[in-house]
Amino acid sequence: MFHETAASMTYSLNFAAVWRSFDLLLEGLALSLGLAFVAILIGCVIGLVTAFGLVSGRALLRKPAGLYVTVIRNTPILVLVLFSYFALPELGVRLGKIESFVATLAIYSGAYLAEVFRGGLIAIPPGQREAGLAIGLTEMQIRTSIIIPLMLRSVLPSLGSTMISLFKDTSLAAAIAVPELTFEARKINVETFRVIETWIVASCLYVATCSLLAALMRAAERRLAVPR
Amino acid sequence: MTNLLEIRDLHKRYGTVEVLKGVDCSMRQGEVISIIGSSGSGKTTMLRCINMLEEFQGGTIAIDGQEIGYETAGGARRRKPEREIARQRALTGMAFQQFNLFPHMTAAANVMLGLVKVKKMSRDEAMVLAEKWLDRVGLLSRKDHYPGQLSGGQQQRVAIARAIAMNPKLMLFDEVTSALDPELVNEVLQVIKGLAEDGMSMLIVTHEMRFAYEVSSRVIFMNQGRIGEEGDPREMFLKPKTERLAEFLKTSTFN
Amino acid sequence: MDFSFLDQLWLARIPLLKGLGVSVSISLLSIVVGTVLGVFVGLALVYGLRPVKWIVRGYTDFIRGTPVLVLVLASYYVLSTIGIDLGPFQAGVLALAVFCSSHVGELVRGALQSIPKGQTEAAKAIGLTFAQTFAYVLGPQALRQALPAWVNTAAEMVKASTLLSIIGVSELLLRTQEVISRTFMSLEFYFFAGFLYFVINYGIERFGRYVERKTAVPS
Repeated sequence: MFHETAASMTYSLNFAAVWRSFDLLLEGLALSLGLAFVAILIGCVIGLVTAFGLVSGRALLRKPAGLYVTVIRNTPILVLVLFSYFALPELGVRLGKIESFVATLAIYSGAYLAEVFRGGLIAIPPGQREAGLAIGLTEMQIRTSIIIPLMLRSVLPSLGSTMISLFKDTSLAAAIAVPELTFEARKINVETFRVIETWIVASCLYVATCSLLAALMRAAERRLAVPR
Repeated sequence: MTNLLEIRDLHKRYGTVEVLKGVDCSMRQGEVISIIGSSGSGKTTMLRCINMLEEFQGGTIAIDGQEIGYETAGGARRRKPEREIARQRALTGMAFQQFNLFPHMTAAANVMLGLVKVKKMSRDEAMVLAEKWLDRVGLLSRKDHYPGQLSGGQQQRVAIARAIAMNPKLMLFDEVTSALDPELVNEVLQVIKGLAEDGMSMLIVTHEMRFAYEVSSRVIFMNQGRIGEEGDPREMFLKPKTERLAEFLKTSTFN
Repeated sequence: MDFSFLDQLWLARIPLLKGLGVSVSISLLSIVVGTVLGVFVGLALVYGLRPVKWIVRGYTDFIRGTPVLVLVLASYYVLSTIGIDLGPFQAGVLALAVFCSSHVGELVRGALQSIPKGQTEAAKAIGLTFAQTFAYVLGPQALRQALPAWVNTAAEMVKASTLLSIIGVSELLLRTQEVISRTFMSLEFYFFAGFLYFVINYGIERFGRYVERKTAVPS
């Protein structure tokens, strides 16, 4: 105890060791972004389909969609990640670390994005659909030309924060040794003992990326805003 | 020669509430019919059935001899396939009380959407038509404006252009001036009058009694899910035959 | 197979229950500490002097931009390096509390700022002091506004408590992993753990809906 306290007195910040491994951190960040990108992309498709299920008049579509969203949203993502990687092989579903994590994050994202999209869908006045029907559009054409573009515009702010929080969830991949940013940081921490420096740099990389993503989403909002 | 519109014994229920209790109505090419009546009388519902925005449980609606929405085969009444219904909806054009312009599209894009997606026109052809009809409603200069940048009256005129550009056989107007500020009502009514003078067949649900009086070739008074009285506007407004219509006209304003 | 799972579950009941207890303790502690901290954060964000606002805004933005797992790992490794020997449980709870505080801070800020200016003006007009205005007018309205979302934050903390398994805190998930390493029944036990978490969080979610209905101002 005494020794540790003494050590802390003499701990001085030295980023040199972390800079030497900075490439590793950047590679880790690139992988984090890649995982998030693919998972969220798939998640958006799942979320969109599920959201239409959630607002459907047919119980046969609404009930399963609701069940999926409720189960996923109330289960810790770490449990899902470990379950997919360690337990699913028992059922014959054998995926690599990265594939397993991306699949898990995609299914996880789908539930959160479905809630976001649902909020946008119920905010669209029914008159929009009726106006589409009145000029002879089919339900599918109404969805692609009117409902989805309107819904996306209205949910952009919450879509942005959901995507950012899903990006942060890629850190969970470290739990199954996917070499993303958190995993690399922990490795450098253990190898160099430059504990404080490592975590400062790693956090800053996350914070910077999140701010960048937030700025991109705001730019998208401005670009897509309907003039009035 | 078949009638443009032929409604036979139209029945419509919401759950157990019967909104239309057997409506018969026929309309010739070029007629302008105003439908009046108090709220809840079923006039808007009738209009929405013609466009299959509402399902109906009994009776038939035919446009140009084509049965709308349902087909009867082997004694069983079935809803037509969605594609067929979409095609039939394009036979009529509809303008709504709340305009229902697509807020993320410019005025021109609103008019072009149906032309491109339903009529499968090229964007250039569609643009030519969109400009023609926007000009017709006096809004060519606003073609690149978004609905949010237009006044209510202008939005409604774009909405009418959007419907009319599809070249419908019959135009349906559903209380198109009810959501407008009083000073914007007239510009919309002028557009509709112009269309009437061109010989467009129109079915107009309205609260504007003076307008109904001036523009219609015939007036239908709806009362409790049935047609209460119909005929020439002059005769109906000046000498109502039924107590109900007289009562209704007394409470309506002619401005 | 099923029968032997139930056998194993019965054998593992004590460690699993202990783990569940630890999970609940982690969640409760981090929610309580995080909420107290978060209320101050929120008040500072709304009523703080400019430099205070900037510092607190920087704090919340930094915390919200960092994954919780990174906070947990950093707290665990960094604190011991600088001589604060807390052990994984305390270090983990601290990290979750800090995470919770930034969320609660935002909730409080949002709730306070959603109250129309006229409310403060009306309170001033009848002669209330700022403290009275806060106690009788702003506070109760903000509470109504923030409560349902706060319940959701609580559910988030239960889910986040699983992250402490990574730094070796014997909560439910780590206990589950230990049982799995002995029984090799990963499917059953992960499913079981997931189910327990689901039940807890679903309960909290339902409670949140109830709170939402109860706090809605009658209209």
